[in-house]
Amino acid sequence: MRLCEHRYQSIGAIRSPLLIVERVIESRIGETVSILGPQGEKLEGEVLRIDGQTVLLQVFGETRGLDIRYSTVIFSDAVKKAPVSMACLGRVFNGSFQPVDGRRMFVPEKWLPISGYPINPVARARPEEFIETGYSAIDGLNTLVRGQKLPVFSCAGLPAREIAAGILRQARLSGGGDFVVVFAALGLTHREYSLYMEVLQAMRGGFVAFVNLADEPVVERLLAPRLALTLAEFLAFEKAMDVLVLVTDMVNYCDALREISTSREELPGRRGYPGYLYSDLASLYERAGRLKGVPGSVTMLPVATMPEDDITHPIPDLTGYITEGQVVLSRDLHQRGIFPPIDVLPSLSRLMQRGIGEGRTRSDHRALANALYRHYARGRELRQLEAIVGREGMGSADINILSFAEAFERRFIHQGEERRTIAQTLDVGFALLKEFALEGG
Amino acid sequence: MKVEGRIIGISGPTVSVDCEGLRLYDRVVVGRDRLCGEVVRIERQKAIVQVYENTLGLAVGEPVEGLGLPLTVKLGPGLLGNLFDGLQRPLEALRAASGPFIRSGYDPFPLDCDRPWQFEPLKGVGDTVASGEPLGAVAEGPFRHLLFAPASGKIASLNAGEFTLRQPLGHLEDGTVLRGWQEWPARKPRPYVRKRAPEQPLVTGQRCLDFLFPLVRGGTAIFPGGFGTGKTVLEQSLAKYADVDVVIYVGCGERGNEMAELLDEIVSLKDPWTDGPLMERTLIVANTSNMPVAAREASLYTAVTVAEYYRDMGLHVLLLADSVSRWAEALREISSSLEEMPGEEGYPTYLNSRLAGFFERAGLVETASGDLGSLSMVLAVSPPGGDFTEPVTQACLRAAGAFYMLDTALAHSRHFPAVHWGQSYSLYASELMAHFAETVSSRWPELVSRCRDLLLREQGVREVAEIVGLEGLQDADRLLIRVAERIRRDFLCQNAYTSEAFSTPEQTLNRISAIVDAYERASQRLEDDGLLDEALAELDRE
Repeated sequence: MRLCEHRYQSIGAIRSPLLIVERVIESRIGETVSILGPQGEKLEGEVLRIDGQTVLLQVFGETRGLDIRYSTVIFSDAVKKAPVSMACLGRVFNGSFQPVDGRRMFVPEKWLPISGYPINPVARARPEEFIETGYSAIDGLNTLVRGQKLPVFSCAGLPAREIAAGILRQARLSGGGDFVVVFAALGLTHREYSLYMEVLQAMRGGFVAFVNLADEPVVERLLAPRLALTLAEFLAFEKAMDVLVLVTDMVNYCDALREISTSREELPGRRGYPGYLYSDLASLYERAGRLKGVPGSVTMLPVATMPEDDITHPIPDLTGYITEGQVVLSRDLHQRGIFPPIDVLPSLSRLMQRGIGEGRTRSDHRALANALYRHYARGRELRQLEAIVGREGMGSADINILSFAEAFERRFIHQGEERRTIAQTLDVGFALLKEFALEGG
Repeated sequence: MKVEGRIIGISGPTVSVDCEGLRLYDRVVVGRDRLCGEVVRIERQKAIVQVYENTLGLAVGEPVEGLGLPLTVKLGPGLLGNLFDGLQRPLEALRAASGPFIRSGYDPFPLDCDRPWQFEPLKGVGDTVASGEPLGAVAEGPFRHLLFAPASGKIASLNAGEFTLRQPLGHLEDGTVLRGWQEWPARKPRPYVRKRAPEQPLVTGQRCLDFLFPLVRGGTAIFPGGFGTGKTVLEQSLAKYADVDVVIYVGCGERGNEMAELLDEIVSLKDPWTDGPLMERTLIVANTSNMPVAAREASLYTAVTVAEYYRDMGLHVLLLADSVSRWAEALREISSSLEEMPGEEGYPTYLNSRLAGFFERAGLVETASGDLGSLSMVLAVSPPGGDFTEPVTQACLRAAGAFYMLDTALAHSRHFPAVHWGQSYSLYASELMAHFAETVSSRWPELVSRCRDLLLREQGVREVAEIVGLEGLQDADRLLIRVAERIRRDFLCQNAYTSEAFSTPEQTLNRISAIVDAYERASQRLEDDGLLDEALAELDRE
């Protein structure tokens, strides 16, 4: 505890979001600071690095107008905390937790550090309860379970937004319960944001949104998902709610991280992203999960638009290494009018095995999923052959598989606006196998 | 010797302290929360400490205390069956102390000090022991857990019978206290009498590995693969089914939910070799991706030291790590916060030598008590973008004896384990061939080369088929494609979630010989009467 407020007017340098303050006597790493600009404007910041009496700060918000002579830095002696309360439900905040929905700030129930604490692996409960998203490609072949983190890898121009919105609208817990959605919009355009908000307003289980639009401060993009997850953990583990956290778009988050890292003059790693990108992403994604003996859950659905449609780009690559699978969208399917254009071959849900079968979905689910997958994979392989030798040059069995693959895309994956229950999904699958007289049907 | 000082600077996981008298790699307690750290660099008047816990909230001016000891691992009976973090803190005790989330500053003792053990001395009063020589043994589950002398000397007193780890067992004439547990510096390999060339196979229960790319007790293997290629499932299958005495599993920078899953399964499973509970032979070190980076770097050393300790009892130990890439990344993060000159892709230039030094801790050794013990390592590598030319994969390749390449295309067609039969290799294969021929069947070597040959020939035929179509192939070639398909589907593929998840060498041999024999009959048939459909039917007949 410090006995008086520590105020400094000894700013040594300003480098856009970074400030260097000199001759600081005690400061903490991660400490929150307030910065008063020459015009009396108030900003927040955080201590990034301390070297003796020189402190490096990162400023949240607009740094325009700050100067060396008159600006003041006030050290708070505490790390960044987020106010949490049930009163957050139904509210919209910006990346600094200020309300932007025209209503007043709520009275916090408590303050929690935004970086959270890692969950002890022995305290984790194994995620295994099925979530029905209403999409056959997910429910049938890449099943999502409560407490999982499953990203959507999209490409520019593909309807990732519609799919994410569809999942929000349609997702049901196996017991029939509803989700509370915590939404973090990172660097979105106003148009995308309005679309999402329409869906959120209609959520039965309630929502909280943290919005950082494309023209708002980049540093807040790093803050918004942490605020969202801190609140999600509070709602899940202290208020026993099932929370679905939707974060979009992770590419904007990583780009913000790269921008800040570069201005800190850190060594760049692959494609200019900092070497700690993996650990940083993990500190977000790993906050999803369930705890033993606690009823709530945090399920995470990050969306990443793969730059250049490249799944080996560092962002989808590192994400895939941390998350429990991925849903990959395909430009080819989209161009052929299939919605949702989910390519089931590279898609995967690592937690599917325990989430399906007797007592969860249906006892025949696993066998069906394996059969559909196998035949469709074969069909896709044969398509390449067809491109060389033509359909005429192929045997009747192969032609049958090709027609099956086509029908599978048109009738199983494609569903337009329709919501399918898991039973309907499985029935469509069995009907397809039967129609083409394929084994597993 | 303890020394004290103050924090003067903080940058991520590294803290600079003003503290004289510190030695390199001494353990340091940092700040009021008493975080654990290690000295990594000393300059005049200043030392840099790498902190193993989250430094958030740490302030300049807080006290620092050097303990005068390096980072150690506490070794004694009762380690097996437990879960530790990268610094050997018992996770169950941490959970009891700080709830479901891990907070800084807790340091429970890793061993259970209240559990009674029955000590049977092997030495008596007046005997002379050398350092590292066994004093006696206790029964830990199915194992005879040897307790080693911490120093050389003449035994002045040695108790027998029931004791707990709190009580001394006795003492040497020079006053050295003999205890049931000892400390060992994590970064220092434990000594042995001599290393021997490995000779016995390490049966993994995975058909594809045992048959085509066998592993040896005391050997090292790596399997690199992009995400979704089944690294974790394969590691976990090995943890469950490998024919060794003790398994040390390190979850190094991986997913928390997967650790929960592994734990859940291991607790409920039985060891297929001894029928005892699997947990009795397993120790898990879990440092998930969101736990502090520096502790991730330490976790591999903690694990390998425990592994060597059990090896010294004459046991066969398997160290599984998932994954080395995360370890290397931790090294990179620490190196960059120390502002060291980076090498390839930002990794420090000592990456290769550190990795090579780590791999060298594996091997088959003669222990001080005259037994043979082995430490084998199977390490997963997660190359970014699935690109095997990256520095970590390349550094591992130089040191490892077997290479299992996990292929993305195979994984996408749900061929698991997705071990690529064309690209993978095992340097132990030729030495082990004779062993399998002797213990399983004399047909083993012949079947291995038949199997390889069929898969290789199929590859060539497939290239032709891509141009002329399957129908355009000769009958013999179509038969070949069909048999290769069967080998892949019924032999190389192995479902980790069903009863066939484990296959003994005999079962493995029977399965491949059935396929190869059926192929011989079918080829004969095709030669005799030239009817392809008949031959294909013959192939599918068991």
